Amino acid sequence: MQLTIWTYEGPPHVGAMRVATSMQGLHYVLHAPQGDTYADLLFTMIERRDHRPPVTYTSFQARDLGADTAELLTQTVARAYERFKPQAMLVGESCTAELIQDQPGALAQGMGLPIPVIALELPSYSKKENWGAAETFYQLVRTLLHDLIPPPGSGPRERPAGQPPRANILGPTALGFRCRDDVVEITRLLAQLGIEVNVVAPLGACPYDVRLIPEADFNINLYPEVAHSAVSWLQRTFKMPATKIVPIGVGATREFIAEVAALAGVDPAPVLSKEQPGVAALSASQSRLHWYSRSVDSTYLTGKRVFIFGDATHALAAARIARDEMGFEVVGLGTYAREFAREVRAVAQELGIEALITEDYLEVEAAVAALHPELVLGTQMERHIAKRLGIPCAVISSPVHVQDFPARFAPQMGFEGANVIFDTWIHPLMMGLEEHLLGMFKEDFEFHDQASPSHLGKASLPAATYAAQAGEPRAVASSAPQEAVAAPVAGDDTPHWAPEAEKELSKIPFFVRGKARRNTERFARERGVTTITTETLYDAKAHFGR
Amino acid sequence: MSTAPISSPRQACHPASELTVLRERGQQTVFCGLTGIIWLHRKIQDAFFLIVGSRTCAHLMQSAAGVMIFAEPRFGTALLTERDVAGLADANEELDRICVTLLERRPDISTLFLVGSCPSEIIKLDLSKAAERLNARLGAKVRVLDYSASGLETAFTQGEDVALKSMVPLLPETDAKQLLVVGSMADIVEDQFQRIFTQLGIESVRFFPPRRATDLPPVGKQTALLLAQPFNHSTVRALMARGAQLLSTPYPFGAEGTTAWLQAAANHWGISEAHFAQVTAPLIERARTGLAKYREQLVGKRLFFMPDSQLEIPLARFLQRELGMVLVEVGTPYLDRQMMAPELALLPSGVTLSEGQDVDAQLDRVRASRPDLTVCGLGLANPLEAENLTTKWSIELVFTPIHGYDQAADLAEIFARPLRRRAQLVV
Repeated sequence: MQLTIWTYEGPPHVGAMRVATSMQGLHYVLHAPQGDTYADLLFTMIERRDHRPPVTYTSFQARDLGADTAELLTQTVARAYERFKPQAMLVGESCTAELIQDQPGALAQGMGLPIPVIALELPSYSKKENWGAAETFYQLVRTLLHDLIPPPGSGPRERPAGQPPRANILGPTALGFRCRDDVVEITRLLAQLGIEVNVVAPLGACPYDVRLIPEADFNINLYPEVAHSAVSWLQRTFKMPATKIVPIGVGATREFIAEVAALAGVDPAPVLSKEQPGVAALSASQSRLHWYSRSVDSTYLTGKRVFIFGDATHALAAARIARDEMGFEVVGLGTYAREFAREVRAVAQELGIEALITEDYLEVEAAVAALHPELVLGTQMERHIAKRLGIPCAVISSPVHVQDFPARFAPQMGFEGANVIFDTWIHPLMMGLEEHLLGMFKEDFEFHDQASPSHLGKASLPAATYAAQAGEPRAVASSAPQEAVAAPVAGDDTPHWAPEAEKELSKIPFFVRGKARRNTERFARERGVTTITTETLYDAKAHFGR
Repeated sequence: MSTAPISSPRQACHPASELTVLRERGQQTVFCGLTGIIWLHRKIQDAFFLIVGSRTCAHLMQSAAGVMIFAEPRFGTALLTERDVAGLADANEELDRICVTLLERRPDISTLFLVGSCPSEIIKLDLSKAAERLNARLGAKVRVLDYSASGLETAFTQGEDVALKSMVPLLPETDAKQLLVVGSMADIVEDQFQRIFTQLGIESVRFFPPRRATDLPPVGKQTALLLAQPFNHSTVRALMARGAQLLSTPYPFGAEGTTAWLQAAANHWGISEAHFAQVTAPLIERARTGLAKYREQLVGKRLFFMPDSQLEIPLARFLQRELGMVLVEVGTPYLDRQMMAPELALLPSGVTLSEGQDVDAQLDRVRASRPDLTVCGLGLANPLEAENLTTKWSIELVFTPIHGYDQAADLAEIFARPLRRRAQLVV
């Protein structure tokens, strides 16, 4: 057992629901107890969908357990088929049904329905939501393309003469972070290169569309968390090449353009020639990020310490943007997606830090508390960790809540995505002038340490902020378990702060104060200093630099 | 399960009304009882609710609790892993480890509820044994209770019922004459009722659940029960088993329901008609003033309740009798005829009641009757709006102060607002 208050991912059957809800003409019968229909709300409320998810639950109750739950399942399948007449059906179980072992997939396949029935085996007690989505999509693609598999030894598909190059966009789903607008942005980019989109799946596709997948020249693996299994199977079976670069950020988008142009056999120059690194002319490029980032008001962003956490795709993209395109210092990088731990570790190593691979948000909170970043880029979860610690935060990855399914066009990918990212990440940070004045004058009644940036309106930071910023241990008797867990407990070897040094520390701008405290204590410990004076503070400052 | 969705209509117990009850089986779109924790952990300030369940349970809690999950929650999930399910780990040892760790870190917790879920029920994890064991181990510092709020056994608000029932054996014994009000209400509403009872001359009034688990009300042969909520049947029966007496009355929604509810207590205490009228007349007048403008907006509007919380019948009674709405169908997840008898007697004859759900069949009826307002859960609300049907999401009724005189107009506003909004928007 594991104590959990927040989970970064739902169970795997929610991943299967995401695939089913993304598509049309596909129905999902889920063997699940009464109450598991809560998952409908993810789609109808958080994503504001205007239709019920195409999911029928058996809704068994205690009284059914004495009877025949298998019978209940076959009746539910039959009625769902009669009512919805889907082109294909997914059949699977939730965590509770997994324990009663009715074999719903096999039962449904034995019913002789005149459509493909895909039996889902999703182990609820060892796997999670993204794995469930990837597995469901993979099984669906395999089943629907089964009779189209070319004989062994066949080469890749020959493009008919006169036909423009075509790509599939694979991976976007319902409840995916900004999938809706990413697809629009990437489709636009491909059009500029003269590449047609063949099929987008699962988002918006029907089973019949899935059967058209092999008619493209290559696949765009837009969201590896969902599409990696299907893409690699298509690569092995249909010899379809696939992209490896996810186009989030200006640099990654440029590389992606070069990559798809090579796969499609087209010349990227018409698009890429205007996108040379260092061309700081606003008019030359489709992206504004690199000019905004080079303009002098962004100078104060240099070296701002940022902590990044999310799914692997978005965390890796954010790390690159943060360092190479914003000029931040990445002090923490992690993911909850164990399947991609290796890739994240490699990038962290390159950044000179150790990757945090965990699904335990208490660990994430402890890491944020220990690192004292000036900005947190994470999920909805980190938003609340950051709020508690009084650190500016922006969301870069699922899990997200309703505000991250916005009405406006808000991609993360492509050049417009980079524009959105620049604005989103900068917004929570204090503006340059205010930051300067706070460093100069500390005793203003309106603008002070514990007021939030004035451009964010009246929201003031929580009272705990000052202590958290200053790196002081929080009360263990707090009413929140995660607070107690994550509270940094001072060790016995923590040097003592002389009152005048403590006072001097409070004059340091609040967003770097936590780091200054930590560095000074480390400096003192390394030198056996037991009482920190004002001199120790400045000695440490000289030693470490800012 | 019978695929025939509807069995033959049954006569209501109440001879005065001829009520048709459709009994349906099929797909249910209700929450499980775990969701009760979302308001109970706020109501009972020194308790911690530890669900023993799967990632689905944890995911439900964070999806339902939305943003609140981060505002210092007093609930969590002991997540069953593969090792627990396969019996490789001793689930009892694991649970003890988690509880002890949790309680060491949270010295402010006075009561720990171990909450059973579907997975823990299926693998037959004995939480009552675990509670016993932990009580022995922890001594007097913390009290450990257990109940099951699985979807297999409970729907939505029944999660409160099973939680309260687990506390009944702990209530001290008393022979004093007292009134015990059963069911979670908003703090402000409790305070209002407390004032009214005092004015009536009923001195000894306690509320259950209490605001602190260490402050449990006593119960005994001289205790009279007034039910604030219609969904706590098993708790009420457990209290009656301890000698308490149930005052049979409609529930305190609207001016009429609240008056009848208070009247039941006043009668039991032998308070004179004149004094009762003197105390309640200005309150009734004020409630009616508040309700008047809503009557204009709601009168004649056709209303369809899908099952959610068991509040449907009392609310339908209020909306029909005090605001002139027309009842198309009133669905409830569970109908306890004894607890609901005074309400059923007030419903117009010929109203269609349904118990349980077969959601697709019920949606067919909604579409066929095209009511002016459909009260339903959030999984159905937006899809129905997209079909140009006005909806009122039902969960709000559990999270809003709606009881008593001074909330009668607020309660009406909840139903009037979506209709007003639809009329106002021109895009």
